[in-house]
Amino acid sequence: ASYVTVMAAADGWFTALAVGVSLLKCLFINAYRSTDFEVHRNWLAITHSLPVSRWYYENTSEWTLDYPPLFAWFEFGLSHVGRHFDKNMLQIQKAPYESDATLLFQRLSVICTDLVYILATRECCRCVSEQKSSRDILNRPSFVLAVLLLFNFGLLIVDHIHFQYNGFLMGFLLLSVAKHLQSKHLQGALLFSILLNLKHIYLYVAPAYGVFLLRSYCFTKDHSDGRLNWRSFSLLRFSALGLIVLLVTAVSFGPFIAMGQMPQVLSRLFPFKRGLCHAYWAPNAWALYNAADKALTVLGLRLGLVGSGPQASMTGGLVQEFHHTALPSISPTVTLLCTALAILPAVLFLMWRPRCSASFLRALVLCALGSFLFGWHVHEKAVLLAILPLSVLAVQSREDAGIFLVLASTGHYSLFPLIFTAAELPLKFLLMLLFSVFSFSSLHKLSSLLCALERWYLCGLGLVCVTSELLLPLSTVSARLPFLPLLLTSVYCAVGVAYCFIRVYGSLLRTNYKIKAS
Amino acid sequence: AAKPPMFGDYEAQRHWQEVTYSLPLQQYFNTSDNDLNYWGLDYPPLTAYHSLLCAYAKAINPEWVELHKSRGYESYAHKLFMRATLVADLLIYLPAVVLYCLYLSDGSPRKKVSVLLCTLLYPGLILIDYGHFGRYNGVSLGLALWAILALGLGWDALGSMFFCLALSYKQMELYHALPFFCYLLGKCFKQGSVGKLFLLVRISLAVLLTLALCWLPFLTDPSLAVQVLRRIFPVARGLFEDKVANAWCSLNVFIKIRSIMSSDSQVYLLPSSLRLLTKPTFWQFKLALVNSSLAFFLFSYQVHEKSILLASPACLLLNDLPLIAIWLLQTSTFMLPLFLKDDLWAPYCVTSVAFLYFSVYLLSPLKRCTEEELRMGAYRKILFCLPKLDLGCVVRWKFYISVLAMAALSVASVTMSPPPHLPDLFPVLISTFAFLHFLGTFLYFNIVQFSEPQRNKAQKKIN
Repeated sequence: ASYVTVMAAADGWFTALAVGVSLLKCLFINAYRSTDFEVHRNWLAITHSLPVSRWYYENTSEWTLDYPPLFAWFEFGLSHVGRHFDKNMLQIQKAPYESDATLLFQRLSVICTDLVYILATRECCRCVSEQKSSRDILNRPSFVLAVLLLFNFGLLIVDHIHFQYNGFLMGFLLLSVAKHLQSKHLQGALLFSILLNLKHIYLYVAPAYGVFLLRSYCFTKDHSDGRLNWRSFSLLRFSALGLIVLLVTAVSFGPFIAMGQMPQVLSRLFPFKRGLCHAYWAPNAWALYNAADKALTVLGLRLGLVGSGPQASMTGGLVQEFHHTALPSISPTVTLLCTALAILPAVLFLMWRPRCSASFLRALVLCALGSFLFGWHVHEKAVLLAILPLSVLAVQSREDAGIFLVLASTGHYSLFPLIFTAAELPLKFLLMLLFSVFSFSSLHKLSSLLCALERWYLCGLGLVCVTSELLLPLSTVSARLPFLPLLLTSVYCAVGVAYCFIRVYGSLLRTNYKIKAS
Repeated sequence: AAKPPMFGDYEAQRHWQEVTYSLPLQQYFNTSDNDLNYWGLDYPPLTAYHSLLCAYAKAINPEWVELHKSRGYESYAHKLFMRATLVADLLIYLPAVVLYCLYLSDGSPRKKVSVLLCTLLYPGLILIDYGHFGRYNGVSLGLALWAILALGLGWDALGSMFFCLALSYKQMELYHALPFFCYLLGKCFKQGSVGKLFLLVRISLAVLLTLALCWLPFLTDPSLAVQVLRRIFPVARGLFEDKVANAWCSLNVFIKIRSIMSSDSQVYLLPSSLRLLTKPTFWQFKLALVNSSLAFFLFSYQVHEKSILLASPACLLLNDLPLIAIWLLQTSTFMLPLFLKDDLWAPYCVTSVAFLYFSVYLLSPLKRCTEEELRMGAYRKILFCLPKLDLGCVVRWKFYISVLAMAALSVASVTMSPPPHLPDLFPVLISTFAFLHFLGTFLYFNIVQFSEPQRNKAQKKIN
């Protein structure tokens, strides 16, 4: 009976947090929104007014459907609710359409579908071990985790100000992670394959998933020292997994295969015509590479080594493809190779070392970070893919908490340029400050300290923030070099993200030793 | 945010900046080069100084405060600037609330933080100041709260200084003046004969000095001071401003008595003030504050619906009488017609739901409403013929029903259009509804003030 009351009390604070964050999201309804708002409006229109066979061919608006079919079905479902708000938003048209009812509906749709995310958070909180049953709720790891996930700064601004459905998708990811942690592998696999068919960006973390499932589910036994027992492979389990994945994929892509539209669908899903980097460089290895190229070019011009060739402004936004001047240009194949190389050790580790849920999460984070660092045309929002799973680790281990603090600060700060309107400036500073203060204070309470280097780096981040958000835009430099703040931000953050990538590798290596010893 | 030719409170604020910046001090309140019919300055000097300070934003864009030419000026940047000036609100109000909750409310630290959170969530102030842009209520309320804080800590002179500042920022603070006066006077009487005189002199010196400092520039010429006073207390304005939820309006619905308004709010105020005078405890003081603002709001002449914000001292009672305080605060936010005019329906819903949910979750008022905790002992005596039923339960059900009714009215006034022969149906319904609540709460608080007071407190201390 006492267990029940404890659970009821736990549910009490969780509901309060969830209601609080949902109401907070409602306050952003009238805030700035990006073109993604129109993108999703257009998808609602496409899926509502066209037959399935036309979905991936429609191109009246420039915002064509480029998510996998399940997401299109999701929009189809939404459009039937949206019909009752404003019929006009379901008309396909070239010019952006907006009305109060559309705004309300779209914002509410994000807030409501975030229920999946809230559910996932609750599942994750249940997986967190409560070694020290401290009486104060505020110090409990599950409470800290709930706040870190629900009030995640990145998700708040990307979903509820910038406008996207990441919360909904991340919900699936975390839910499947939680299922795996609870050893309900089939449910986890089902959720993950649904997720892959909702948004294919999650292919980034698929290697970790595949290997983990193979290792922990398909192989039923380990040797006594924790090594993999090759002979314990269970064909039944393997085929069950395969069946689930194939079924989900068949439901989603089946109709398009039947109609022979696969090449068209794939060309929409993987547009390699876009450039190496997004208009605003995501803070990854290529940002560093581009910056080095720029620096070398400028240096070369000064020294007269390079002729003054055509100067493509790499950050010009509209320029889709560009060529490096001083360093060799990068092709998609190279990025693919680099990503594979970055991920490979983590995946191999997961395979050879004893099964362990923490190392699964670390491999997941590594896959996300590896592809973020080396991927082709990476979006800065993709860093959330690493930050969210890492928060689950952060409340449980001292070392990961340190990494989380660095990565969350860097990654979240790198999202700042997404919201550039003056009215939202105080909002993003305040939200970021609140999140950082909470994460630093609560995680420090649980354990973990940053080393001096990291502390200096984070102080520097504050300086960069002030410089590029306040000083540079107000000074005269901004007229001559309009992209300097962005360049500064992405280069500085890239260093931090890369550092975290290496640190997570270190923590992955160390976990396994610990488990072996025990 | 509003339509010409008068625009709204936003324009009033901007216009005051324009006037205070461009005109010499002597002309703030008269008509030489200053059309007083167009949002003439009708607040006391501190507001004028505040406007003058804000007007130095001329450095950013001179168009904003150009005399006569800038009427109705609105732009994205200017909006941002005006919103940014609300920092003054936060700077004064926020620390006062924090300090009050930490030092003057009893209970565990957790309890204090809960009360703090609920106080800050009070939707009325948020919506009026930050949504409607209603003339920096946070500043005057914050100053008054500083005064209450100082009185609570026993620094009487400092408290009265703060209250004078609040009074010179917004004359509406007069609603609270009588409790302050009675509390301090009562306290003086309690002292020994020497201490009595000393305290009285100290307080009156503090009051006079502060007022003199604030009003100094206007005191050079007596006629100027009279002008200012006439502007601040306009007896010329109409009795009703929109559909105000006060007694006159509600009565008017039934019997059109625009002319039979003779009674004075002072009459209704007297009992609570006299009680305070004879028993100057902090608890009585808090109750008297709520009572006097409710009395003024309900019965005085020329009331603006936003004046109910002055009932926000009810926040001070969140800890002691959670259910009734939450109820009153929520009802005081129920100025729906005003919010609808400003397109604030969504924020209204969100903040109201947040306030109700979190205050009910954090303060658990519904579990703390036995008859004793609601201090309804006196009701038993008055209504001795009442059958035996649990008054706490009755109050709880009334609370549920009234919240439901508020929700229903809110939804109805947005979704349904009123019948053509009753165009003002919803505003009138809302104001009658709110009036009944205010009246009920007013009576309740008066009874609480007179009922056997500190029994619970004494018990707590024994525990």
